[in-house]
Amino acid sequence: MRTRRFDLLLILPLAVFTLAFLILPLARLGVTAVEGERGAMAFLAILTEPRYRASLLATLLLALATTAGTLAIATVAAQTLANRRFPGRGLLLSLLTFPLAFPGVVVGFMVILLGGRLGLVGGVTRAVAGTNVVFAYSLTGLFIGYLYFSVPRVLLTILAAAEKLDPALVEAARSLGAGPLAIQRDVVLPALFPALYTGGALCFATAMGAFGTAFTLATNVDVVPMLIYTEFTLATNAAMAAALSIALGLITWLALALARLRPAGV
Amino acid sequence: MTQTANAAPGTGAAITARALTKSFHGTTVLHPTDLHVPAGEILVLLGPSGCGKTTLLRLIAGLERPDGPDMLRFDGEDVSGVPVERRNVGMVFQSYALFPNMTVGENVAYGLKVRGLPSAERRAEAGRLLALVGLEEHAGKRITAISGGQRQRCALARALAIKPRVLLLDEPLAALDAVLRERLRAEIGLLLREFGITAVYVTHDQAEAMAIGDRIAVMQAGRIAQIDRPEVIYHRPANDFVADFVGTMNRLAGPVRDGRLVLDGGDTRADLPTGGPDREAILCFRPEAVRLRDGPGEGAILARITATTFFGATQRLLAEVAGQVLRLDLPSGLTFRPGQLAAFSLEGPALLEFPRNG
Repeated sequence: MRTRRFDLLLILPLAVFTLAFLILPLARLGVTAVEGERGAMAFLAILTEPRYRASLLATLLLALATTAGTLAIATVAAQTLANRRFPGRGLLLSLLTFPLAFPGVVVGFMVILLGGRLGLVGGVTRAVAGTNVVFAYSLTGLFIGYLYFSVPRVLLTILAAAEKLDPALVEAARSLGAGPLAIQRDVVLPALFPALYTGGALCFATAMGAFGTAFTLATNVDVVPMLIYTEFTLATNAAMAAALSIALGLITWLALALARLRPAGV
Repeated sequence: MTQTANAAPGTGAAITARALTKSFHGTTVLHPTDLHVPAGEILVLLGPSGCGKTTLLRLIAGLERPDGPDMLRFDGEDVSGVPVERRNVGMVFQSYALFPNMTVGENVAYGLKVRGLPSAERRAEAGRLLALVGLEEHAGKRITAISGGQRQRCALARALAIKPRVLLLDEPLAALDAVLRERLRAEIGLLLREFGITAVYVTHDQAEAMAIGDRIAVMQAGRIAQIDRPEVIYHRPANDFVADFVGTMNRLAGPVRDGRLVLDGGDTRADLPTGGPDREAILCFRPEAVRLRDGPGEGAILARITATTFFGATQRLLAEVAGQVLRLDLPSGLTFRPGQLAAFSLEGPALLEFPRNG
């Protein structure tokens, strides 16, 4: 079994990496979580204590909304860009992917410039309607910030898939009498599903765990990553922080696993 | 089940096009083209890539918009403003374009599903068509689980399921290997005739065109060079281009004096009766138009054999006359040696002459 041994050798670097940076710290995290004054009940507290539960729910909803919004924008944009060649296409693409390199803090700062107390939107609404509309420091602000850095990533993934889609598939569906909605439902979206899944998973996981933007904006909201930060630094409750971290990881993993179950026949 | 007029055999729609024109980015790919395909006819558009055959097909389908105010009719009904979704044309693509997220049966039934037919009816209809193309066993399979030939038959069944007024096939066999291609083209030809459907079939393969077409339109640089029955295209090509594209054509160039073309190459010679005035002429004939004869003389070609290739029933000779190369097909029972001289006769009707270009 020489080849078998060779295969094991190939996977060894990843195995070492996984062990050193994933399994060992996770185990340590698990131990820390149950070593607190509540013991293993710390996990239960996440669900029973209103402050934790509300935070978890808000984070989950925010991540879901971000994923849905990102997928909607990116799917439409990718299909529009995929089969069209026009002057400035390259420039537009590079502009769209510009936010890829921004740290979360910069994204947060941009949302403040847009919807903060002295922001662009507030200025316009104050001049027009007399009220200063401020949304930067709420879930809305986080949602916009997350969209801003998720769309480019997901767009690139879906664009690659959309460009590979055989145009004859759509033409065949049209010749059979299918309208635009039927073509999306029966032909395009099923073909793009792997890319939608990959992009959506990336987006969801990022939105669940993003910290920089939340740290900049979240004065009114407590998303789970912020909660972990405050539990750990301000409340010096390491056990609760560890339990929350594990819960965050598990829920994200579960959501991605659920999304992978495709409806039968699709 | 409602029986539309299109469903009965022999009642596909006639296609009439006037001055269909198409250009992309300032380049004209289809010059103004008139076309009439009678109901139930299979017309093959034949030509090299870039000749405009696929563009013409896509204009008929409604997948491309013509440049000018066009005129396109199916059985007298103006369809030029009707989008492809409502033109009721069946399409078969080179890449099959089957929906990978559906089974074989679901693919065939898809057009009926879009039309809102109840599930039981469309399953029955899909089953009938699958039986027709010999795929009834495979209805529940994924597209990836059937072979290339089966996929194209599935695509054909899908296109026929909507009872199209016109069936349009764009190089449907080009992705298959040679043996399968030959078998499937016979099957498709039979099936289309059985349906009596009007079909336009695009290919660059002249053997396929001959086998399938009631008529062939040979296209050259965005124009129809000749449109006629396969025998006429082969035996009476309208010009040099058609002659070369459909089969092999020999050429002998030389002066015609007193109604005869005489070439003298020392030991090789040709002496062919042509008629007509004195001129510089190029005479053309097919490789199989020659017969072996006893010796040189009037109406004969005395050629030096340079090579022979065995093809089974026939053999292909490369021969030289006065410095010009000929390809001749003869029964393989005859023996030729490279270097020998042989005399051939050529029947008058086999000889073609085209106006000299440029």
